[in-house]
Amino acid sequence: MIEFTFWDIVRNLLLAARWTVLLSLAAFVGGGVVGMVVLFFRIAKNKWSRRVASSYIALFQGTPLLMQLFLMFFGLPMLGLRIEPWTAAVLGLTFFASAYLAEIWRSGVDALPRGQWDAGASLGLHYLQELSLIILPQAFSITRAPTVGFLVQLIKSTALTSIIGFEELVRTSNAINNATFEPFKVYGLVALIFFVMCFPLTQYARSLERRAAH
Amino acid sequence: MAFAWLPGAAGDIARGAVTTILLIAVTTLAGTFLSILGAAGRRNGPVLLKRAIAWYVEVMRNTPFLVQLFFIFFGLPSLGIRLDPVLAAILAMTLNMAAYTIEIVGAGLDAVPPGQTEAALALGLRPRQVFVKIVLPQALKVIYPALTSQIVIMMLESAVVSQIAVRELTYEADMLQARTFRSFETYLVVTLVYLVLSLALRRLLVTGGRRVLGAGVS
Repeated sequence: MIEFTFWDIVRNLLLAARWTVLLSLAAFVGGGVVGMVVLFFRIAKNKWSRRVASSYIALFQGTPLLMQLFLMFFGLPMLGLRIEPWTAAVLGLTFFASAYLAEIWRSGVDALPRGQWDAGASLGLHYLQELSLIILPQAFSITRAPTVGFLVQLIKSTALTSIIGFEELVRTSNAINNATFEPFKVYGLVALIFFVMCFPLTQYARSLERRAAH
Repeated sequence: MAFAWLPGAAGDIARGAVTTILLIAVTTLAGTFLSILGAAGRRNGPVLLKRAIAWYVEVMRNTPFLVQLFFIFFGLPSLGIRLDPVLAAILAMTLNMAAYTIEIVGAGLDAVPPGQTEAALALGLRPRQVFVKIVLPQALKVIYPALTSQIVIMMLESAVVSQIAVRELTYEADMLQARTFRSFETYLVVTLVYLVLSLALRRLLVTGGRRVLGAGVS
């Protein structure tokens, strides 16, 4: 059996945490980009476009993320794509995030008074200009708190990618635990690392919320 | 894609689904009860209790459910607390859900006008009666939609407890795909079962809530 000192455990966990951070960022950025596309469909004038986008969102919000990851992991190879845990994890979390972010931003768009659209139209702006100059900036600004809140949820969700074999914080901790038989310490430390990553963001989201309330 | 295995697997899938439903049913009851205690304690308890509840909420909300589950199932035995998988799963789900619903219930309690409490006290009700009979029902009515969403979210998150070998829906899916070698099809079917479960659960909670808590619940 390999001897692990306390600092060996901490060092290995922190090294693995880099992948958790990277995956969270990749999924957040990817989810933001895809989420924008979903948002366009969701608030479009065409009824069918809105319906497709709503179903997309409902599908991701009505099924477990773990199943979505499994479907990515086992489904993409059937399309002839060679897939590794990293790709499945990033793609799975990206689609997951896109649905939630689109829904959050949609609530921001809906919260704006009708007059904002009318004012844009009366200034002679066409649809895309109205969206990009008037509607979206305000919608993003009033949904900043839930967006940051979702980032916290996304960081925590990366833990599930350990199950499809992606070497992030939790998978590494399982391996260390199997070598050291100190689950209390190992999982306690993992929880602490996640807490250190998430808590400041939670506080930030809360302060944004307070600012918005005033 | 091939689904020839499906008729033979329907029993396993159904059994898994029933376990998932039982898990979320117990968690909903225990979690709601715990969050009522927690929310009341956070408002009226001694300072130390208030602080402990606040920390509990922060810790649970800022760590992944999977890690909490592993900590409870693998970590607690070193403190001499050994739980079988189902108990560990229910405990982890309840503690996790309560951290979210404490805030929700708390918001509901705050939404009840103080005049309600004053009026009830003036009528000679004891403080506990005031809470249980006057304040709590009104608070629950306000927060019921948020509570419903949280219960559905928890049901979906419960897929993770397959990792400690609780024989629920995801666990059955894992076993099936190992036997049929039809991984994608198996998970596709089970994902649809989850989708139906979450839609049905939401429908059930909304109609049930309307009946128990009265009109105005959506």
